Amino acid sequence: MTEAKKDTRPAPSRPLPNLNELDTAPFWKATGEGKLTYPVCNDCGTVVFYPRAHCTSCLSDNLDWREACGRGTVYTFSIVRQSYHPFFRGIAPYAVAWIDLEEGPRLASNVIEIDPDNIEIGMPVELVWEPHEDLSVPLFKPAT
Amino acid sequence: MPAQSRDAAIVGVHEFPSRDVEGALSPLQIKAKSAAAALADAGLTLADVDAIYDAGEGGGMAGLNIAEYFGLKPNVIDTTGVGGSSYEYHAAHAKRDIAAGKANVALLTYGSTAHSAAQRIGVGGRGATGHPSDNMDMFAGMTLVANYAMVAARHMHQYGTTSRQLAEIATATRYHAMRNPQAVQAMKDLEFLDIRETSIDDVVNSRMIADPLHLLECCMISDGGGAVVIASPEVARDCAKPPVWIIGTGEATKYPENGGDITTSAAAQSAPAAFGEAGVSAGEMDIAMIYDSFSITVLTLLEDLGFCAKGEGGNYVEGGKLRFDNPAGPALNTDGGGLSSNHPGMRGIFLLIEAARQLRGESTSQVQGASLAVAHGNGGMLGSRHTAGTIVLAGD
Ligand SMILES: [Zn+2]
Repeated sequence: MTEAKKDTRPAPSRPLPNLNELDTAPFWKATGEGKLTYPVCNDCGTVVFYPRAHCTSCLSDNLDWREACGRGTVYTFSIVRQSYHPFFRGIAPYAVAWIDLEEGPRLASNVIEIDPDNIEIGMPVELVWEPHEDLSVPLFKPAT
Repeated sequence: MPAQSRDAAIVGVHEFPSRDVEGALSPLQIKAKSAAAALADAGLTLADVDAIYDAGEGGGMAGLNIAEYFGLKPNVIDTTGVGGSSYEYHAAHAKRDIAAGKANVALLTYGSTAHSAAQRIGVGGRGATGHPSDNMDMFAGMTLVANYAMVAARHMHQYGTTSRQLAEIATATRYHAMRNPQAVQAMKDLEFLDIRETSIDDVVNSRMIADPLHLLECCMISDGGGAVVIASPEVARDCAKPPVWIIGTGEATKYPENGGDITTSAAAQSAPAAFGEAGVSAGEMDIAMIYDSFSITVLTLLEDLGFCAKGEGGNYVEGGKLRFDNPAGPALNTDGGGLSSNHPGMRGIFLLIEAARQLRGESTSQVQGASLAVAHGNGGMLGSRHTAGTIVLAGD
C-alpha cells in the first residue's frame, strides 16, 4: 500500500509590488509601517496618484506625503470568476475594485470580508492591511 | 461643410485568412505575406513603398528590423506602438507624411500568433512592466476582462444600461460573422462550441467571466494579421482598386484620474478632431468599425464618437440597429469583429481593412451605397489607461 503523496509545493502567493520602483517606493515602504499615504503638491495642491515624484498639474517636485484615513467608497468593481494566475485562480471569485479614498486618491484594490455578490457601487469601505514581509497590501472591507 | 482633404487614400488591403497557424508561421512571416497580398491588391510592388509604419510586435528596434526583414530602405519610419489603436495612428501619420511630401506609398503591417502561442491575454496574470502605475495595481488581480467589466458596471450604475442592451453588440457582430466565411472558419478553428447566430438570451445566459461581462461579450484570441497600403492621390489614381480616402484623423489618451469618469473614453477627445477635420458627423456614417474587445468597449465608443449622447448607448443599440441590413443605424463591424471573427491582440488594422472593403463594395455584409465609414481603435485598457485613434474614411 502506497501512501498518498502530500503536495509540498508552496501555496501560490499574491503578486507583490517592487520596492525598488522609485516613484512608488515611498508609498510601499510606508505600508510596512501601517500607513496609507499619498503625495500632494505644495505649489498647487494637486493630489498626485498613482504616486510620482513630480506634480501632474505643474511638474513641481515640491511634494509632501500625507496619510489617508483609510475610508473610502467603491467607485466601481467587478467579480473576477476566471483567472489563470495561480494565486487569483485560488481565491476566485473575488472582487477587484477602484476605491475612491476620502482624501481624493483612487486606487485599485480588492473588497474582502463580504460575499462579492453583495458589493454595491458607492458602498463605504475601510482599509484592511494584508501583511507581507516588507510591506502590507491595502485591501478594503465594508465600513463598520 | 469645409472642403474635405484628399491627401491620401487606402489603396490596398489584405486580411490574413488563418486564425490558427498551428505554429507553422511567425508573426513576421504573417506580416510579409500580408504585405505582398496588400501590395498586389493595390497593383503596386515592394519597390513602390517609401514609408513604413509598425507597432513593434515583431520585436525591438522595429523601424530597422522591419525595414531589413522586408528588404526596404524607406524614407519615413514610424513605430508608434499604442496597442490595438496603433494602426489608426499609423493611418493618421501616413496621411500627414504623404501630405507633407515626405512619402508616396506607406505600408502598414501586423502579424500575431496569440492563439497558437497560447497567450492568455484576457484572463492571464499580468506581468509587471516596471512602470510605476503597474507597481500600484498589479497586486489586485485586475484581469483585462475585469478592467473592462468595471467600466460596464459603472455605466450600468450611472445610466441604467443593461446586460441585454450590451448583448445587442455581440449579436450584431455574430450576425455579420455568420455571413463571412473567414469568420465562420475562424470560429471552427478556435473550437467555438456552437457556431450560429446568437440571441440576446444566448449572450446573457453565457458564463460570467468578470461581472457583468459574459463569455459572449468577450473577444476571441486568434492568430492573424494583415496589411494596409496608403498612397498619395497621384499614386492612388493608377492603382488597381478605387481609392478609399482618409478624410479625418484624431488621436488621444486617457488614464485613471482621481475623481475621473471611467464611462468616458479617450474617443471623446479624438472623435471631434477627426470628424471636425472631415466636416462630417457620426450620424452620417454608413459603417462603424469600432474596436470590439468587449461589448462595453463598443457601447462606450459609440457614445464618445457622437452616435448618441453619453449614457444613451444602451437605448441606442436596441432593436438590432447595428446590423448591416438595418438602415436605422450604422453597420457595426461587418466582418464579425473581434467578438466573432478576428482578434490576435491588436485589432486596429482590421478596422481599416473592413472599412475599406465596405467603401469599395467588397464586404460579405455589404451596405449598399456605403460612402462614409469611421474606424476607431482603442489601445490599452478601456477601464484604466488607453489610447484612441479615430479615422474617418470616404469612398471615391
Ligand atoms: Zn503642482
